[in-house]
Amino acid sequence: MSRTRTREALLAFLFLLPALVLLGVFVFYPLGRTIWLGLYRGGGFGGAKTYVGLQQYWDVLQSNEFRHSLGVTFLFALITVPAGLVIGLGLAVLADKHLRGMRFFRTVYSSTVATSVAVASLIWLVLLQPQIGVLTNILPFEVLKEPGLLQDPTWALPALGIVSIWANAGFTFIIMTAGLQGIPRDLYESAFVDGAGGWRRFTNVTVPLLGPTILFAVVVLTVRALQTYAEIDILTGGGPQGDVTTTVTYLIYGRNSVIAFDTGLQATVAVLLFLIMLVVSLIQFRGLERRVHYG
Amino acid sequence: MAGVRLSNVSKRFGEVTAVDNVVLDIGDREFMVLLGPSGCGKSTLLRMIAGLEDPTDGEIWIGEQLVNDVAPKQRDIAMVFQSYALYPHKTVQANIEFPLKARGVGVRERGHAARDAAQLLGLSELMSRKPGALSGGQRQRVALARAIVRNPAVFLMDEPLSNLDAKLRGETRAELIALHQRVEGTFIYVTHDQVEAMTMGTRVAVMQRGLLEQVGPPQEVYDRPASLFVAQFLGTPPMNVFQPGLLEPGEHLVGVRPEHIRLDREGPLTARVALVEALGYERLITCVLPNEVRVVARTSEVDGPREGEAVFIDAEPRHRQHFDVETGKRVEA
Amino acid sequence: MAEASALDRVSGSRKWARYLVLTVVAILLLFPIYVMVLFSLKPGTAIFDYPRALLPVDLTLETLKDAWNQGNLDRYLLNSAIVSIAITVGTLITSLLAAYAFSFMRFPLRGLLFYVVLATLLVPAEVTILANTDTIKSLGWTDSYQGLVVPFLAAAFGVFLLRQVFLTVPKDLREAAALDGLGHFGFLREVAAPLARPTLGALALFSFLGAYNQYLWPQRITNDPDYRTVQIGLRSLSSANPDRLTLITAGTLIASAPIVIVLIGFQRQLIRGLTAGAVKG
Repeated sequence: MSRTRTREALLAFLFLLPALVLLGVFVFYPLGRTIWLGLYRGGGFGGAKTYVGLQQYWDVLQSNEFRHSLGVTFLFALITVPAGLVIGLGLAVLADKHLRGMRFFRTVYSSTVATSVAVASLIWLVLLQPQIGVLTNILPFEVLKEPGLLQDPTWALPALGIVSIWANAGFTFIIMTAGLQGIPRDLYESAFVDGAGGWRRFTNVTVPLLGPTILFAVVVLTVRALQTYAEIDILTGGGPQGDVTTTVTYLIYGRNSVIAFDTGLQATVAVLLFLIMLVVSLIQFRGLERRVHYG
Repeated sequence: MAGVRLSNVSKRFGEVTAVDNVVLDIGDREFMVLLGPSGCGKSTLLRMIAGLEDPTDGEIWIGEQLVNDVAPKQRDIAMVFQSYALYPHKTVQANIEFPLKARGVGVRERGHAARDAAQLLGLSELMSRKPGALSGGQRQRVALARAIVRNPAVFLMDEPLSNLDAKLRGETRAELIALHQRVEGTFIYVTHDQVEAMTMGTRVAVMQRGLLEQVGPPQEVYDRPASLFVAQFLGTPPMNVFQPGLLEPGEHLVGVRPEHIRLDREGPLTARVALVEALGYERLITCVLPNEVRVVARTSEVDGPREGEAVFIDAEPRHRQHFDVETGKRVEA
Repeated sequence: MAEASALDRVSGSRKWARYLVLTVVAILLLFPIYVMVLFSLKPGTAIFDYPRALLPVDLTLETLKDAWNQGNLDRYLLNSAIVSIAITVGTLITSLLAAYAFSFMRFPLRGLLFYVVLATLLVPAEVTILANTDTIKSLGWTDSYQGLVVPFLAAAFGVFLLRQVFLTVPKDLREAAALDGLGHFGFLREVAAPLARPTLGALALFSFLGAYNQYLWPQRITNDPDYRTVQIGLRSLSSANPDRLTLITAGTLIASAPIVIVLIGFQRQLIRGLTAGAVKG
């Protein structure tokens, strides 16, 4: 290699060094270590670890606690993702006309983007507190007062779902609006001249051409659902009566989780969570490839 | 089958007048070309006929029907967009069938009509493909097939050839002319390309800045342009325009087309040859007048003046067109 | 912006129906935020008196002052600001340098290393936080700014986005610059960085937002209130005062203020960043 090439390569490595070192130390190393740690039990508070081996992964997979948390997570995603999508799309379509004041409505519909998860959770805490909460005092439903929506085993998870959907509404709205604006007006006009009414235009032009946008939204919403932690920590602590709202993530990190002090088991669950999210991410990459064919 | 009548039609967007009091009578089964530079209002006019824009003033008649308040769906028209506007997720067949499906036509009937239209345009082999897998020319034909499948009275086309490369454009022009004869509908065709206008239209309507400058058969618009604008818009190289008094005494502008310029050893106007471009079948000779104005002559003679030589410019009286200095309108000598 | 064509035209009664639906939906969506703002301006006793509690009457600034003092919010906001800004700046720098190297420099294993960096996109934080806590502990960085900042100074997403932008630079430009005497640093300064400005803006916004809103990581590695970030600070405020709803909302309002300001200023970047993944192109 010529001297200038060597110099360039060295300079390149210099440019890359920060990123590579940081990613190495804080992404790859932990990944490996977590997989290794997942082979052990115990280890919390610097206590002794007991080696169990690959069997542990199998055991956790079979365990009731893990399966339950998987069920809760799946249910939570089922509540939040389709509803979030429909609401986001609905809002976007609603605000898509050229009427006076649309900018105002669009700002309003985007507004939940400004709330962090903690802030959103606390606001809804204020709304849903039994006895003194806002909704408790203006809506007639009994369950709000006794024992409180978040304290009721049937309603705790749906309540969390509502918080999540609300918090994500602004984000989903923005994405859908951008997607709608990417659809060429020609297609609508052509369909209009050909005789298609509003609903037919929606199903034949809007929805199909929003395909990539919808896919993107679904994946992001699903990943967010899987990552939910702060809300559970603030609002239910894992669920009234044990683990009603304990998702996989909360199982790992929640202070009320059964494995809160067992770093080995936490690691095992974390690796399993990683595998789940890997599948979700790969679906996204496949989706990206399909999109190329549309162009 | 129906003609289209535009009666004092205007369109204003706020302060801007896009179409200014246009009166135009398009006969049944005509091939009418709306020709003009970009921004002249031709597309807006087309869109008003389609029902995509509402006229600010005036009336639009399709056949015996006043259509100002009638939705496009009810107007018995079909439109081909510049971008073709094909549904990327539907097959060619589904694209062609769409106008029928939107009107509730049954599956069987739709299929027949679509197949007939496809056959007319040579698309029979491509029915199950999607637009993404088609070439530009093929996509354009799908757009045409979709337009004819309903057999409407009026076909509206907005610069359908502008996205095709030059060779394809030539071929498709011929196909469109053949299609017009086959289908027996009224074609209203918008373009900025004068070659398309000259070769395809039964009549040409030239527009500029919202105004209709002239309507007539292509040859007539070429031979007897109604204004300086029309005279210089049609014809390549453009018509030479001489200031009053230069070529002949008088107060009008004199226009002479390059093919009618004669370069002689004697004549009313002296010039020097600046450039000779030999194109094989003809030569374009650019001369410079004493006042630095350029005049282009076109000749098929092989022997002629060479660069640097002095020549005299002349033209037969019958080839001299006169235009008013102020308005640019044609003046009869 | 196109003028409304016949297609967009919404006529008479349809128009008012639409406005009605738009308004109802807006009210439903905004209600929690309305409560957040309103309660922050009410005295603590207001929450016992319905429906008066929901009316914009009896307003006071005391609750906000209370939250500020009691909730230690000045310290927490400072911490959040320091951490968020540090992470944002760090991410921009590391991403810019790495993307530049991948786009304009030649070196062995370039392709492989890029995919390695990209691969980190598949590893979610929930998985790495576990082992990273141990790492931070062993470095003695718990309850410190370094602990809160350093793990997030590099982000693959930024590298990816910036590289996309850099790939649009034609090769001739690099060669012409070289002939003009520009080395890599010069090219970076004169061509690459200015070109990347819009993307850097979006990236900055998202890094800042992400860092400011972090919850799990700060919770795990800080215990000392001196290093607490505002999100965790809110939680401790609310668990210490579970019945003082107005205090809680006041805290959330104060904590949200910086974000609202940033978002208003960076609206365009927000849209651009969110749509980078969603729409074609």
